[in-house]
Amino acid sequence: MNVKIENLTKVFPGMDRKSAGVTAVDDFTLDIPDGKLVCLLGPSGCGKSTLLYMICGLESPTSGKIFFGEDDVTDVPPEKRRVGLVFQNYALYPHLTVKQIIKFPLENVKGDARLSKEEMDKRALEVAKLVQIENLMDRKPGQMSGGQQQRVAIARALVKMPNVLLMDEPLSNLDARLRLQTREEIRRIQRETGITTIFVTHDQEEAMSISDMIIVMKDGLLNQIGKPQEVYDDPDNLFVACFLGTPKVNVFKGFVKGGGLFIGDDKQSERILDVKGVDDREVWIGIRPEGFKVDKDGKLTCDLSGVDVMGRDISVVCRNSNAEEVIRAIISAENEVDRDAKTVKFNVKPHKTYIFDKETEERIRFT
Amino acid sequence: MSKKTLSGVNSVATNVRGWVYLLPALLFLVAFMVYPLIDVFIYSFEEGYNSASQSSFGVGFYNYQYVLRDPYFLQAVKNTFILVIITVPTSTVLSLLISLGLNSIRALKHMFQTIFFLPYVTNTLAVGLVFMILFRKTPYSDGLVNLLIGKFGISPVDFIDGPYWAKMLVLSIYVIWIVMPFKILILTSALASVPEVYYQSARIDGTSSWRMFWRITLPMISPMIVYLVITGFIGAFKAYSDAVAIFGVDLNAAGMNTIVGYVYDMLYGDGGGYPSYASAAAIILFAIVLTITVINLIVSRKATDIT
Repeated sequence: MNVKIENLTKVFPGMDRKSAGVTAVDDFTLDIPDGKLVCLLGPSGCGKSTLLYMICGLESPTSGKIFFGEDDVTDVPPEKRRVGLVFQNYALYPHLTVKQIIKFPLENVKGDARLSKEEMDKRALEVAKLVQIENLMDRKPGQMSGGQQQRVAIARALVKMPNVLLMDEPLSNLDARLRLQTREEIRRIQRETGITTIFVTHDQEEAMSISDMIIVMKDGLLNQIGKPQEVYDDPDNLFVACFLGTPKVNVFKGFVKGGGLFIGDDKQSERILDVKGVDDREVWIGIRPEGFKVDKDGKLTCDLSGVDVMGRDISVVCRNSNAEEVIRAIISAENEVDRDAKTVKFNVKPHKTYIFDKETEERIRFT
Repeated sequence: MSKKTLSGVNSVATNVRGWVYLLPALLFLVAFMVYPLIDVFIYSFEEGYNSASQSSFGVGFYNYQYVLRDPYFLQAVKNTFILVIITVPTSTVLSLLISLGLNSIRALKHMFQTIFFLPYVTNTLAVGLVFMILFRKTPYSDGLVNLLIGKFGISPVDFIDGPYWAKMLVLSIYVIWIVMPFKILILTSALASVPEVYYQSARIDGTSSWRMFWRITLPMISPMIVYLVITGFIGAFKAYSDAVAIFGVDLNAAGMNTIVGYVYDMLYGDGGGYPSYASAAAIILFAIVLTITVINLIVSRKATDIT
């Protein structure tokens, strides 16, 4: 089922009359297509969980509308929205067994829709098999590992065949190895069930690797929507460019003059790229780590701090007075970099270089 | 395996140091708890023990035989059991209901919590006096409670000096009233400690509030309920001052004596000066409380099996 959100806003009132409220979600409009796995990505406190809670109905929006398919569910209470929610800490009832937990939503159903005992058992077992916990049915949450608990939480959310599956940072309580495994699991389960899934995370790598679509949020504002690769390759603003990708994009001060892009200020600078169709102005320049080419005659000179060998690639760590942070360039190991040299010179790849307006930090596209 | 390596070489020194730390507390416990307990046990088997001459006629079960045949003691046992059976479940259930109410309101929550806790810091004898005045029927006045039940067409009853069940009713209400604040305090904090996320999850799954209570709230706070029931039983079995506060010191005459009251009377009452009988009665009380507590623990362990 597709989910449509129109001008959704949530303002939390201040603690008293004097303090202003906090706008957690600011005028959100988006359309999530049926059967896709979508990530809500943003730093902590950007309002992504609030948005998720509004979609499931635990928070009510200040204004705006939410549609599931054609139905306006804005004022529908959570129990009638048919959503499955996987909580960050799973929220598994500690005194019940896995089987009882998975059957819990089914047992809530009253009237004609209620399944018989045998059907409930059958359905619970089917879902348990889907998430591969059918051999743990008599355990209690305390007797299981984090990854197993996670699967139980997903099974409970899926057993009632929800319209939409929502996950609030489902992997953040798992250790690194398990996180990799589990995200593949979530991808597989989502593909097998075909349920529209909205997944909240602050981990861009997680979001990039499993989602069909990424929604990048910051301070309650929608920054960019798109396929992971599109958002990575073509960020709309400086924040999105910085938030996606590890190591992160390298940001330089610079300016555009006469169709050329310069790093630094007027006094000493080299024209590193031709940028057609951009007026003269001051800009931020973002260069992806893979956007550098080592070149003896390169236009961009940096002070070399170190070279990390990572097997296939090498990472050149250096500094430049026009960048506040350390610059990391990832280049193929076939290139040779003199470790003892004081400086290293680069040329940059145009499609890995982005320029942003100095004030608005919006992307300025060039050809 | 790991325990051995943990205590390791220093085990002897650590042990000695541990005992030294415990010594002050242990000395007091032995002097004022263990020794008297053993002494009471010995007294209860010594016939006609005289505390002045520190002598007795012999050793045997005579004290127990006497106490168990004493109609006053049997009345006290009956009273105590009735009091326990009425007050422990009633006060626990009422406290749970009030706590649930307190937990679900927002406005004035703290004010109500304070009001419900006030009886706990009030002197029990003063409360008893108020109860007596409320329930008493004198030649001059029927008392407030009689006035109220009179509105429903019930003829006035003397609750303080009248029929047995009327007196038992007042005593029970009084005991329930006295023990509830503590239970409410414990249960409200137990309820508040159930993570909100369980209820959110249950809400999304369309759980009715009734089912949330039985399947989530109650199991999650059951350890606290077990604690309250066990301490409630023990407390109610040891009731004495409650009866004194309402019916005065001559409880045998009022027919409202409790086991602890009987023990006290045997020691210091008008017909007192019988430490042997008092000890035998105390040991019988001890046996009763121990048995009930063990049964409680066995039952509750099955009921609250949260692993």
